[in-house]
Amino acid sequence: MGEIPILRIADCLLVSIQVDMHDQLALALQDDLTRRIVEDRARGVLIDISALDLVDSFIGRMLNNIAAMSRVLDAVTVVVGMRPEVAITLVELGLALTGVRTALNVDKGLALIRGAIDANQRPDARRKI
Amino acid sequence: MPVEKSENMPVRSSDDVVRARQAVRKHAIAAGFSLVEQTKIVTAASEIARNTVDHGGGGTLRIEVLREGPRRGVRLTFVDQGPGIADISQALADGYTSAGGMGLGLGGARRLSNEFEITSTPGRGTVVTLGRWI
Repeated sequence: MGEIPILRIADCLLVSIQVDMHDQLALALQDDLTRRIVEDRARGVLIDISALDLVDSFIGRMLNNIAAMSRVLDAVTVVVGMRPEVAITLVELGLALTGVRTALNVDKGLALIRGAIDANQRPDARRKI
Repeated sequence: MPVEKSENMPVRSSDDVVRARQAVRKHAIAAGFSLVEQTKIVTAASEIARNTVDHGGGGTLRIEVLREGPRRGVRLTFVDQGPGIADISQALADGYTSAGGMGLGLGGARRLSNEFEITSTPGRGTVVTLGRWI
């Protein structure tokens, strides 16, 4: 079973899914990413799915789970590069991917992560009682 | 309805689910499906193939490329000898899940298909047939 590499760039983790996702691989990625967020103290996770020709309910659930887990661990997940035919099919399938932030490409995704981290680090945002 | 081509394959593991997707894609392309049409039937196939493995204990898939006058279609028949589904309308409802999924498998696959039929006998197994036409 091939592993999906997780790259670190500054305080972000970058994953580009380039293989046909089978279910065990999706579960392994979910676990690996959660572990790496903690180990690398990552603030952002960028998942590039531009090579995926299908997102079914299982892969959709993986994306939802990664976004939810990273949120609990104070990191922001952005999914980028969804193909148009995949987006059309997802909507018809009934998968809303609520809670998953998306961007058109890697550049826009990184900007979204950067913006979210900066917003959290403003002094007034940090003041929690 | 004339069958132009057909293929049978096992659906027993998650690797078989990936292989089933690839085979359905190949036949959909051969039938002249657009990219969106291909993606819809391949996604529907993925949902049902996973059900066959996870709930049906494994089974088989028959892929048929059909022609009826100017129309062409792809029909998929998934057969398993698993425990069957006691309440099909409940299983088709969004949000119903027995395996920790999102509960979109059957209902989602039905929405992505032009034809959809499911017959199940508790204790004997399940047959799901779905098709898309262009």
